[in-house]
Amino acid sequence: MLDLKGYGPALLNGAIVTIELAFLSLALALVLGLLGAAAKLSNSRVAISVATAYTTLIRGVPDLVMMLLFYYGGQVGVNMISDYIWEVYEIDFFFQFNPFISGVITIGLIFGAYMTETFRGAFLAVETGQIEAARAYGFSKWHTFRRVMVPQMLRHALPGIGNNWQVLLKTTALVSIIGLTDMVRVAEEAAKAERMPFHFFIPVAFVYLALTAGSELFIKWLDKRANVGVIQENK
Amino acid sequence: MPPDFIAAWLNKNEIFTAMTIMEYWDGLVTTVQLVFLCLIIGLVFAVPLAILRTVKNPFVSGPVWLYTYLFRGTPLLIQLYIIYYGVAQIPGIQDTFWWEIFREPFYPALLAFTLNTCAYTTEIIRGAIISTPHGEIEAAKAYGMNWFMRMRRIVLPSAARRAVQAYSNEVIFMLHSSAIASVVTIVDLTGAARNIYSRFYAPFDAFIFVALCYMVLTFILVFAFRKLENHLLRHQRPVGS
Repeated sequence: MLDLKGYGPALLNGAIVTIELAFLSLALALVLGLLGAAAKLSNSRVAISVATAYTTLIRGVPDLVMMLLFYYGGQVGVNMISDYIWEVYEIDFFFQFNPFISGVITIGLIFGAYMTETFRGAFLAVETGQIEAARAYGFSKWHTFRRVMVPQMLRHALPGIGNNWQVLLKTTALVSIIGLTDMVRVAEEAAKAERMPFHFFIPVAFVYLALTAGSELFIKWLDKRANVGVIQENK
Repeated sequence: MPPDFIAAWLNKNEIFTAMTIMEYWDGLVTTVQLVFLCLIIGLVFAVPLAILRTVKNPFVSGPVWLYTYLFRGTPLLIQLYIIYYGVAQIPGIQDTFWWEIFREPFYPALLAFTLNTCAYTTEIIRGAIISTPHGEIEAAKAYGMNWFMRMRRIVLPSAARRAVQAYSNEVIFMLHSSAIASVVTIVDLTGAARNIYSRFYAPFDAFIFVALCYMVLTFILVFAFRKLENHLLRHQRPVGS
């Protein structure tokens, strides 16, 4: 059996941190993606340029640099704000920027940009006739969105969301660099202390492999459900 | 001459001196070297591996599948750690000439990046190869071309056209992933920024500047690939344009 030299529970906790981080960032990314897609498809020139600037900026900068900027810069920024509040209003306000929060914000922001493109494409794939028909039946804008657009868009968005999720899962490993004790961090400390790199990194690699393989199956199942009633070509 | 406000800002500036600019420059050179080398080596190995991956015999395509599955299913950071920390643990390596090479962090990082990008590139090229239209292969067979000639003249050129867009994404992805080289003490662009951050405790100056450097590199790559794509797909352009 695999002997983890007493690092087993720490590794398990690290794995839980990784999964929490991944799900929270996914939620943030989905919200940002929907907002971004809505902005890009809107008629407002300001909204379109803000969303375009956001996606271009994110796709031009490495995720690690973003993360370091948010982690180190976030604290300095928050301190500046709290200094200002103290000087002007004399309210003592302090907020500790921890690696978990900066990890969620950074990963959410990065994948929000990718999700924006996914959702934009998916919304464009819904036939305009469907929207016109819903409006003709007297559906409100919100109703059209919820009852007609979303169910049909989801089918086109799922493969993209699935791909982004797989990449996101692997990106969570980066938070170990800014000091969050996730799986990778624990494995690194254990490997250095015991001088056994293969012994600790390979099991962690297999946990990631299991997570990606498991989500692949889940996404396939979701895809099948979302495509019920659609005749697939080439299958 | 720079505008006055930039000159005034640079005059008072303690961070962007000639020294730190040189540090960033050295980092830029390291990043470009690392990314360029790993992409070239990865591409050279990916083409034959992609061809092997399309072979029907599972004993040939299976190992290639396993390799790409393992390297695409785990984070690059873990691969880097395994190679960087692991190489020193190979029994006897410290007595051979390999130790002279692998003692520097540059080469373990290059190996990890190459293995990673090669796995992704193999899958991209394989996807392009298997979507070759049947008619093209049948026509080539009818002309009496053998397997090797078919590959060289028909399958690979048309696969290259279909792969170039996905490959350009992979190249940009690799440029961004290379930032993690800084965690194994390589002073690349990100490493330079981290050093300068810790010297001046100035996160915004240090990291926003490298972010801009990476953005410029990304846009140069996007532009170059758009040119390449136009060149490769020029036969599909509408007549007269």
